[in-house]
Amino acid sequence: MAAAPLTPDPVTLLPAAQPVQLLDNQGALHEVDGYPLDLKDEDFRNLYRFMVLARRVDKQGINLQRQGQLGVYASLLGQEAAQVGGAYALDEQDWVFPSYREMGAALVRGVDPGKILQLFRGTWLSDHDPHATHFGLLSIPIATQALHAVGFAMGAKLDGKDLVVMSYFGDGATSEGDAHEAMNFAAVYDSPCVFFVQNNQYAISVPLSKQTKAPTIAHKAVGYGMPGYRCDGNDVLASYAVAKQAVERARAGDGPSLIEAVTYRMEAHTTADDPTRYRTAEELAEWNARDPIARFETFLTKEGLLDDAFRAQIDDEAKAYASRMREEIYDAPHGDPLELFEHVYVEPPASYEEQRALLRRELGAQ
Amino acid sequence: MAITMAQALNTALHDAMEADDKVVMFGEDVGILGGVFRITDKLQERFGEKRCFDTPLAESGIVGTAIGMAMYGYKPVVEMQFDGFTYPAFEQIVSHLAKMPNRSRGTVQLPVVVRIPYGGGIGAVEHHSESPEAFFSHVAGLKIVSPGTPSDGYSLLRRAIDSPDPVIFFEPKRRYWLKEDAELPVTTEPFGTAVVRREGTTATLLAYGPMVRTALDTAKAAEEEGWDLEVVDLRTLNPFDAKTVVASVRKTGHAVVVHEAQVFAGFGAEVAAQITERAFYDLEAPVLRVGGFDIPYPAAKLEEFFLPDTDRILDAVERSLSF
Repeated sequence: MAAAPLTPDPVTLLPAAQPVQLLDNQGALHEVDGYPLDLKDEDFRNLYRFMVLARRVDKQGINLQRQGQLGVYASLLGQEAAQVGGAYALDEQDWVFPSYREMGAALVRGVDPGKILQLFRGTWLSDHDPHATHFGLLSIPIATQALHAVGFAMGAKLDGKDLVVMSYFGDGATSEGDAHEAMNFAAVYDSPCVFFVQNNQYAISVPLSKQTKAPTIAHKAVGYGMPGYRCDGNDVLASYAVAKQAVERARAGDGPSLIEAVTYRMEAHTTADDPTRYRTAEELAEWNARDPIARFETFLTKEGLLDDAFRAQIDDEAKAYASRMREEIYDAPHGDPLELFEHVYVEPPASYEEQRALLRRELGAQ
Repeated sequence: MAITMAQALNTALHDAMEADDKVVMFGEDVGILGGVFRITDKLQERFGEKRCFDTPLAESGIVGTAIGMAMYGYKPVVEMQFDGFTYPAFEQIVSHLAKMPNRSRGTVQLPVVVRIPYGGGIGAVEHHSESPEAFFSHVAGLKIVSPGTPSDGYSLLRRAIDSPDPVIFFEPKRRYWLKEDAELPVTTEPFGTAVVRREGTTATLLAYGPMVRTALDTAKAAEEEGWDLEVVDLRTLNPFDAKTVVASVRKTGHAVVVHEAQVFAGFGAEVAAQITERAFYDLEAPVLRVGGFDIPYPAAKLEEFFLPDTDRILDAVERSLSF
């Protein structure tokens, strides 16, 4: 008796041996079979615009922290292409469930960066309405948001809605049980989900080699019965094209995918970290040469899509963003302390009356 | 008609799913099997695999996806198969289920019910007899419910499913087969309303879940001693009905809290503190706590020596009365 073939055939799920790259480090475009670019000129310019805005907004975040305005800030420097490219593959009705380092994806989804920073300033625990932007709450406990993404996608599928959910997490997060459970649930239920891993090489100080013995993160997909994709995460076109493939697959009802965008965290883990203790200047220089914005700029210039007027327009927009962030954050007062009781329960316990009264007395005594 | 707690809970799930097609039920073995205790019996047959379905064996996954489904707009009811298997879901419950509505400034609501069969007394193997209610009672953002009778089982589960806030619903597994004459549907008092199950004047026994029956049996046995014990069933640990509890203790002057869980830092400590803060001058004796010993839940053949019973409760009543 012939052995029954394995389903799905594991070979069809394997990532390519090398990360998909459409733009090389010098900004030259090399088309890759199976990853067609369906972008118009306007899209190319928009991808650039979002990356530049993300970098400027990120820099403002770091500056605000250095000025004592934020308690801490987690920079995305170097990861602009992965974040922007991934999120750009989504349609308006789709959702993103982010970790705490997703300022670039937030911008693409139309979330006000000033609102994201309120978490880091400590004015409130989150300040944007996920339903208005289809951008979930920033999730600090590692990988936990991946399960919310899957549950949301399960709900959308049950409801018969055309909706794809993208969950962002990092290389360190792939070691967490919740990442495993999320990918397994999504695969079992054929959920319209895309797991977008930004492999930025470090979980604070711990390198990828100490997280996994898997050949690559994308290979883990095979164990769940979903395709694994690997792309150059510093190449916005590859990040977009691969994400688009996974999003279309999910939208067609063919289930989830795992994407590993290979990138690098150019800044410290957060402003509270000292990366000189665990990585070398040589390594940093090596990745600096692969800067995602510089290479895309070269490409756009060659294509005649980037002129001074457009640069100036983005620059103005970036300045306006940064200035608004400063206004929104600088010396932003904390809110009404009595609001602390407002949102814990829709139907609060009777004890809240006593505790609110106590706080009111304490406020009166000040 | 005599109905069991298990039937009452099953009917509550059935009726809630009938009333609102946003209610979905999922967990381990809740589909074709109907749950290991048959609480979800025939729900999949009636409502289909989309609304009652088996999940992979992963408790964090169950609660985490329930959170996502609730964000989408469903009202998930999920089952943790046993108390001792709830812990993998602890992070999702504590860090997200309890906190997300507050963190989101009210823009996200999570009407999720986590059903947990809990407690001992059924001769189960290790990890199948625990009482983890104190862990969850300590978490702001959750409502903690534990019915002691089939009527309350039905009514409180319906209320839990209707609740806009997340609810941890502790089902007293040794009382699944407890019978009561009741007609379903039945509506008892809302969350935050304790009930005096037996009126008395000598001392107050405060209990919830599986210990309600034990407290009532104890009150019966106490009659031989000439003691007329009042039994208060807390029903919901959060919200906590201080009013009913304090009114009873004011009347009797003696309070004994009973639960299966280990006494040290158990929910009884909270009850004792609530009474002491609110009715200190009405107390004739310190509030006493009766529960399991401060040891891990023992092997099945030894559980009778661990679990509080009539004798241990009567001993505490005697200590209180002779204080």
